[in-house]
Amino acid sequence: MKRTSTLDQKRQANVKRLAAWTISWTLSQALVTFGGQLLWPHSKPAIIITLIINVLLGIGVISANRRYLMEGDELDKKVQLESMSLALGLSIVMGLAYASMDHTNLIAFDADISHLVIFTALSYITALFINRKRYL
Amino acid sequence: MKNRIRDLRSEKGLRQEDLGELIGVSRQTINAIEKGKYDPSLPTAFRLAKILGRPIEELFEYEED
Repeated sequence: MKRTSTLDQKRQANVKRLAAWTISWTLSQALVTFGGQLLWPHSKPAIIITLIINVLLGIGVISANRRYLMEGDELDKKVQLESMSLALGLSIVMGLAYASMDHTNLIAFDADISHLVIFTALSYITALFINRKRYL
Repeated sequence: MKNRIRDLRSEKGLRQEDLGELIGVSRQTINAIEKGKYDPSLPTAFRLAKILGRPIEELFEYEED
């Protein structure tokens, strides 16, 4: 039978915790976006409440992610740091270029923050995949 | 950086999981160190030396780039 080390158990618990917070936050984001449009379009209190819940869950995601990073082992931290630094750098450079393209009307549509969030997420996932391949 | 971790670990009859557990890193980290893909931190290198019962300079061989 395969033995699971305490470090692996801790890592799995942290991954599950982070996933639970992230899923909750994503659902609350959907509730803020679509609830405000479809479910309670004229109720400001409802929109404010869902927004507060969304921000609180977002803080939970940040806290769970920080714990995941702090309790990871040294190679985990190196892989995460390199992936995050690449994703952050690319997001700043490409985000500003994207904004300039909007201001100078090089693109026919309005720049949307969600495009940058998707780009950041994809950059991070790609960098994580490359770095894990490189070290693990 | 070259190292003799794999040989010394085998001499002690330890698996990568066991060694990782003893020094507080994952099996994947031990594997990456043994393959020379990752150079461990100084505290981890000292813990490796202690567990494997050899001075640190016997474990690692520094190579100039």
